[in-house]
Amino acid sequence: MKLRKLEETFFKGLMIASVSTILALLIGIVLVIALRGASSLNLSMLIQTPKGGYYLGRGGGIANAIVGSLYLSLGAALLSFLFGLPIAFALQKEYTGRHLSNITRLALDILWGTPSIVYGAFGFIVMVYFGLTASLLGGMIALTLLMLPIMTRSIDEVIRMIPLELKETSYSLGSTRFETTLKVIFRQALPGITTGILLAFGRGIGDAASVLFTAGYTDHIPRSLTDPAASLPLAVFFQVATPIPEVQQRAYASALILLVIVLFVSILSRLLSRRFSRHIVR
Amino acid sequence: MRLRRIKDNLAGKSMLLAVAFANSLVLVIALGLFVKSWPILAKESILNLLFSSSWAPLKGQFGFFPFIVGTLEVTAIAMVLAVPVCLLSAIYLSEYAHRHFRELVRLVVDIMAGIPSVIYGLWGIVVIVPFVRFVGQAFGHPTTGYSLLAGGIILAMMVSPIIISVSIEVFRAVPAQARETALALGTTRWEAVKYVILRSSRHGLLSAITLGFTRAFGETIAVLMIVGNVPRVPASIFDPAYPLPALLANNYGEMMSIPLYDSALLLSALILLLVVSGFNLGAHFALLRTERGMDR
Repeated sequence: MKLRKLEETFFKGLMIASVSTILALLIGIVLVIALRGASSLNLSMLIQTPKGGYYLGRGGGIANAIVGSLYLSLGAALLSFLFGLPIAFALQKEYTGRHLSNITRLALDILWGTPSIVYGAFGFIVMVYFGLTASLLGGMIALTLLMLPIMTRSIDEVIRMIPLELKETSYSLGSTRFETTLKVIFRQALPGITTGILLAFGRGIGDAASVLFTAGYTDHIPRSLTDPAASLPLAVFFQVATPIPEVQQRAYASALILLVIVLFVSILSRLLSRRFSRHIVR
Repeated sequence: MRLRRIKDNLAGKSMLLAVAFANSLVLVIALGLFVKSWPILAKESILNLLFSSSWAPLKGQFGFFPFIVGTLEVTAIAMVLAVPVCLLSAIYLSEYAHRHFRELVRLVVDIMAGIPSVIYGLWGIVVIVPFVRFVGQAFGHPTTGYSLLAGGIILAMMVSPIIISVSIEVFRAVPAQARETALALGTTRWEAVKYVILRSSRHGLLSAITLGFTRAFGETIAVLMIVGNVPRVPASIFDPAYPLPALLANNYGEMMSIPLYDSALLLSALILLLVVSGFNLGAHFALLRTERGMDR
């Protein structure tokens, strides 16, 4: 009996240690990046583009990367939404049978699991095929491939949770599939749709491997879709690889900016989904 | 009335088109990479490419062995570190912890899952690399710290969120009666976990671990930043390694001028895609089996 009690205590101890490790690691990441980043973060980092000799430690900022990242992710989020929302709607059984929808879900899950570097390489092939060079557009295409499955599957999961009675009521009143989808399902799923968009946006803005060859890197803010675009993850990546301490310090500041954006998006999605949930029927 | 019908029809058709697009995407990506890596596959046998260790693009030698070993080893280290910690955490959160605490940790885990990989890499440079250097010296292996072990530790952190959250789902899906029956028979909580919960959720756990494995296998930037990138088969965990994704990311810009180089690099992308998709398919069917098992 005593032995069993001992086993229980032992494993419970191990579990608590494991959970504490996980919590400590997250706090550790945020703290280290925040402390290191804050010491070299200043206003000119945020609003200036790199000046001559920036990569040798002289003046300027990473506004090019901040704006570039926002352009890339907003563009890709919009593209993913345009494709993703119809796909998520079509996964209801009125449009596709059980078989086709399950196969599509599986395909999307496989895409979700595909490493982003593969999207980067594939995006590059597509660009070469169409005669494009590294550009804002190329980066958006690669990021769209990355975001589409995330957005679509999370919207799909929300649509699946909607009570069947609601649809049945709408159909029994004589509305078509499209009217039901647009006026009932869309409204009901709105909190989930916002969460899905923001989730995909957060993943996209932090991804470096997919934009590495497709978006390129530049010191200017892109003016058209065919201009190359800098991005925050690559700004971190390139700056930390330089041997100059001042520039490395800026890598931490850039990482802090990226972390703040990602955390902000994550918190925003929680708040919005709570706010929109007030209007849905349960 | 007719207008509404037509609208409905049109919308339905265009949605199906979007679905067809999503389904074809997997095939198009695989096919595109295959076509581009065909030149090197036509010239050398696949076994030769996979198991040769000489990597000299300028001489036309493309042996992927060191990179494949590097990928497998760094992933294996990550899984060995992550799986016990994650499963124990998930058991605690699902079986012992109060609901509020579980939701709190879930929030933390979600945030961890959303942190960009480049930030994990940076954190690795600041914290893990010096730590590994210290440990290496303590064990009599002088090392720069940029090593298999460092890469494995960072990967373990990056895959923990997905393993934990899928495992919690799996544990919560075990019917409450199963738990209560075991406890009513006089087991301790841990015994209920050991004899009932773990046993009935083994397929689900397998798929949780597989999902973590595929994430680790394809992770690029964080690993690239701290694993050292030396194209040699590592002799110990304190040696640097060079995983496949890092190879691809490091060399893609400059490969255009060397014949067959881009073909070889795209072959590595194809290998990544096939391995990861294969394991994800396996995980999918394992999960399906648990769901069916639960229905009965």
